[in-house]
Amino acid sequence: MILCFVEGDELSAQAVGFADAMGDVRAVTFEGAYQPLAWAKALAAEEAEAIVAAGSDRGNELLAHVAALLDQPFAANVTAIEGDTVTRVRWGGSLLEEARLHGTPKILTVAPHTRPAAEIGEVETLAAPDDGSPKVLERVEESSGGVSLRDAKVVVSGGRGVGSAEGFAIIEELAGLLGGAVGCSRVVTSAGWRPHADQVGQTGTKISADLYIACGISGATQHIAGAKGAKKILAINTDPEAPILASADYAVIGDLHEVVPAISAELRKVRG
Amino acid sequence: MVLTADAQAIETRHLGFAISPHEECAVEEAVRIGGEVVVLTLGPAEAEEQLRDCMAVGADRGILLQTGGEEWDAQATAAAIVDAVRAEGGFDLILFGNESADAGGYQVGIRVAHALGLPVVTGLKKIEVEGGNVRCERDAGGARDVYEAPLPAVLTVLEGLNLPRYPSVPGRLRAKSKPVAVVEPARPASQLEKLRLVVPEGQGKQAEILENAVQVVAVLQSLGVA
Repeated sequence: MILCFVEGDELSAQAVGFADAMGDVRAVTFEGAYQPLAWAKALAAEEAEAIVAAGSDRGNELLAHVAALLDQPFAANVTAIEGDTVTRVRWGGSLLEEARLHGTPKILTVAPHTRPAAEIGEVETLAAPDDGSPKVLERVEESSGGVSLRDAKVVVSGGRGVGSAEGFAIIEELAGLLGGAVGCSRVVTSAGWRPHADQVGQTGTKISADLYIACGISGATQHIAGAKGAKKILAINTDPEAPILASADYAVIGDLHEVVPAISAELRKVRG
Repeated sequence: MVLTADAQAIETRHLGFAISPHEECAVEEAVRIGGEVVVLTLGPAEAEEQLRDCMAVGADRGILLQTGGEEWDAQATAAAIVDAVRAEGGFDLILFGNESADAGGYQVGIRVAHALGLPVVTGLKKIEVEGGNVRCERDAGGARDVYEAPLPAVLTVLEGLNLPRYPSVPGRLRAKSKPVAVVEPARPASQLEKLRLVVPEGQGKQAEILENAVQVVAVLQSLGVA
């Protein structure tokens, strides 16, 4: 039996799809304030050949607790399993690792967006008595101004080539015209030009846009790790040898300070 | 990315090493919180350079759990850190990056907390130490979840927690004379045993070159985003 922790989201449905291929799935969840250790104790107490969850913040955290409680190995963000050999994501997806997962039960999370979602079906609610360990005390809603980076259909992003905080005015203008969100590279947040919440990358936000427009971004692997969820990538860069071009579907070789306003102007023109 | 011939590692002969972003924020936060800051890493002898970088921005001393350069899995890494923390008599606060940039295991901090019997909160973007407690916040998709834990505690953090400072020249000079203790722990057998690394398919696209804004807008229209 494969014990699968689910929440009512897309990533959980993908984890169930993965678990279905491993054996008979028993989908479980919890009610009340999120308390990682208490929930993990309840999962660890169940008999199972394998314990599976989505490779989400909670999934990875819960199964790390389960693995620590059972003193067993834990493979995070797995894309495939055959016997006791797993393939898992490393370097934010820039590399894959094949590894032997020793131990029983097999404890693993499923890398997001690597498996089709399945019907979650019947879900059992497990009891998880408060054990005094840290739990969510309150949830503070943030007043979000505009489209979120994670969910935006279009992301227009600027890198070192933008040159300054003020330089982002043309990026914001194009993003506004396309109903999209503004993003940036790590260089930009380190320089203090934009807040970290705008950062696209392995240690920032991983986007899932229909189109990513990368302006003046060279394209380090850590940046691509956050951008590759986009269906299409358009790079605007003065350097025809920039690494970003190897990940881009379209490219304009030119200075973003001229190209970006020209695209905005053309959009206005065709819209009359 | 280019792998070594045996597919066990990335070819790093022509690359430099750096502290990962999450860990860089952890070090910055520790220095801001104040008190004695001890920085620890597990890695080859060359990793002393990253400990010196941390001491250049304010850490007081370092501990290097020196390996022969081979990879340690998360359980082995956590066990070696637990031994080192016990040998020091414990700390008020133990900070980790939430997940490593390379292995991405999401578990070393949690395993250390379990072994030491300490509370743990992960994925943090805000930390406030108030007396014998720590109040901390974590992103939750358009909201922030608030947690509290009594000290001593283990916290794992994310980039964006703070904006790390750059080391100053005097800071770099001071770092050279700060102490680094070297310990050589024994490596247990890997329970998550790396067989090989693989470069995923689909890298190395041939981008279609667009000559002007008219062509760009035509593409935007064809993608249905204009």
